Amino acid sequence: MDSFRDKLIPVTSILVGIVVVWYVFAVILNTPFQRDLDRRANVTPGVVEFIGKTLAQPKPTLPAPHQVAVNFFENTFLRSVTSSRSLVYNAWVTLSSTLLGFAFGTALGIVIAVGIVHVTTLDRSLMPWIIASQTIPILAVAPMIIVVLAAIGITGLIPKALISTYLSFFPVAVGMVKGLRSPELTHLDLMHTYNASRAQTFWKLRVPASVPFLFTSMKVAVAASLVGAIVGELPTGAVAGIGAKLLAGAYYSQTIDIWSALVAGSVVAALLVMVVGIAGRLVDRAMGGRPA
Amino acid sequence: MSSALSLSSVTPRSWQAVAALALLAGALFSGPLVTATPGYGIATVALIFILLLFAIQMDRFPPAIAATCLFIGAHGAVWALLHGLAGNEGTARISFFLLLAAAWVLAWRCVALLSSLRPAGKWARTALRLIIPAIFGAWILILWEAITRGAGIPFILLPPPSAIGARIANSLPILAADVRQTIFKAVIFGYVVGSGAGFLTAILADRVPFFRRGLLPIGNMVSALPIIGVAPIMVMWFGFDWQSKAAVVIIMTFFPMLVNTVAGLAASGHMERDLMRTYASGYWQTLFKLRLPAAAPFIFNALKINSTLALIGAIVAEFFGTPVVGMGFRISTEVGRMNIDMVWAEIAVAALAGSVFYGVVALFERAVTFWHPSVRGG
Repeated sequence: MDSFRDKLIPVTSILVGIVVVWYVFAVILNTPFQRDLDRRANVTPGVVEFIGKTLAQPKPTLPAPHQVAVNFFENTFLRSVTSSRSLVYNAWVTLSSTLLGFAFGTALGIVIAVGIVHVTTLDRSLMPWIIASQTIPILAVAPMIIVVLAAIGITGLIPKALISTYLSFFPVAVGMVKGLRSPELTHLDLMHTYNASRAQTFWKLRVPASVPFLFTSMKVAVAASLVGAIVGELPTGAVAGIGAKLLAGAYYSQTIDIWSALVAGSVVAALLVMVVGIAGRLVDRAMGGRPA
Repeated sequence: MSSALSLSSVTPRSWQAVAALALLAGALFSGPLVTATPGYGIATVALIFILLLFAIQMDRFPPAIAATCLFIGAHGAVWALLHGLAGNEGTARISFFLLLAAAWVLAWRCVALLSSLRPAGKWARTALRLIIPAIFGAWILILWEAITRGAGIPFILLPPPSAIGARIANSLPILAADVRQTIFKAVIFGYVVGSGAGFLTAILADRVPFFRRGLLPIGNMVSALPIIGVAPIMVMWFGFDWQSKAAVVIIMTFFPMLVNTVAGLAASGHMERDLMRTYASGYWQTLFKLRLPAAAPFIFNALKINSTLALIGAIVAEFFGTPVVGMGFRISTEVGRMNIDMVWAEIAVAALAGSVFYGVVALFERAVTFWHPSVRGG
């Protein structure tokens, strides 16, 4: 009951507040265009009718929540999943490159972290660059990777996945370095008294200690990976994917389409983070972790 | 070749030196350095071999001396290699790459020796902390340059760093105009407004617990969403000029600031808060004298995250439409015209701007949170 009172009620009321504010803004932002239309049609509608009209424009400046919801519902559930207008299809296109890039990125990040923890030279020379590389707007490279790879005949999934890899390996590498170094000195000393080899210390102490760090950074990485996949679809005018829907919506001023693509992207992001979180909890339980 | 004589008398001390020696032997027996040899006279080749052998030979001395000699040997050899390449692009043979690898392995040994050094002086330690990554970064550029030019990789695919540098030097006015449009107009305005709004909202949320409990889960969820997708909407609302980019930046920087500040305001301990209560200090006094200073590390963390996000937001938003100036605009159009060196120049400028931005925030943080253990200790 406590969580109900402490969390659910405030969160719901703020969400309701956001929806109300959204409606108000939808009316305000769509008013000038609607007034223009009415003047040309020589009609003077009443206040209620006017507000109703501002919330039902085909290409509104700010679509009302129910318009977005209807569009989202139609394009998600009523269309066949193979149709190019189906949001499920587009989300799947983006999701596949996200997952591929995320898998690459996580593997690469772990390998780099293991290298950094075990080789002093790498720690001193590579680690500063990994931190510095986070300050670089790496997404700016995205269009070039796509176009250059297309020039040598690599198109489709791989270039987008590469951008996702780029974005997702940093958090994993940094988090895993922290995780692999998280065992305390006394634990390392204990392994030493057991005459444990480096490999044994690694597998029996460092790896289990790093698992919570791994899943925390994987949550960040999977979100970054999705952003990478979406942005990767922008510069080439990709035909399918959430990014492509955004771009097409921007070209044809289909604002409702843009918003429902955004909602689809958000749903995918939330699902991905949730799946990683659940996987983390399952692994934690399988390893004998007790709720704190 | 005179240097062949000394090959047998060298005794390597480390696996890197053994590898370098093997690579040298391989280079010696795999034929001429390049097919067209004007760049590589016998003197140049001998110089390269002598420098590398000198480096291997000096590896036996104490680390400081050995590292210096390895540095000179490896980089001298690479300089000679690259120098001879001018005008002979794309003609490199297997021996060129073997020598390059030998120099690289020796540079690795140099860095390994340097990172094992534990100098007593504070300045020496700081210098070492800068030199080691600098050598690593330099070798990325060296390998990039040598491989692209040696193997003759098409310019369209990957231009060598020297060409990118030349392009930067030649188009400074364009780059400056792009930086002015993207960074000084869109990024800075959006960053200040977005971070400021996030901060004020966090204070408000702190005042009203109901608000905080509702906003925090939402804020946490939003920071995982692809917010960058609002870019086309903002371009529609605010037009092609910098205002729409600033709007994207504001939205992107708002939530990290909100979430971090709320977490930071909870960071001060009960003991300290009780102490403030015994002083009979009010909410605002406690906020300014205790809780905001305690939250400073969190707030600066958000400012650092935001410095990168702001640049990304502004550049990506420009893909959706700009006036004919701006970094994102330049990147997307020059890619289309296959001026890849201009794209790389723009990326280099963006990277530099991002690092400087981050560095300024980090310096500011050190000045403000001088009391924090992470600053005092290092």
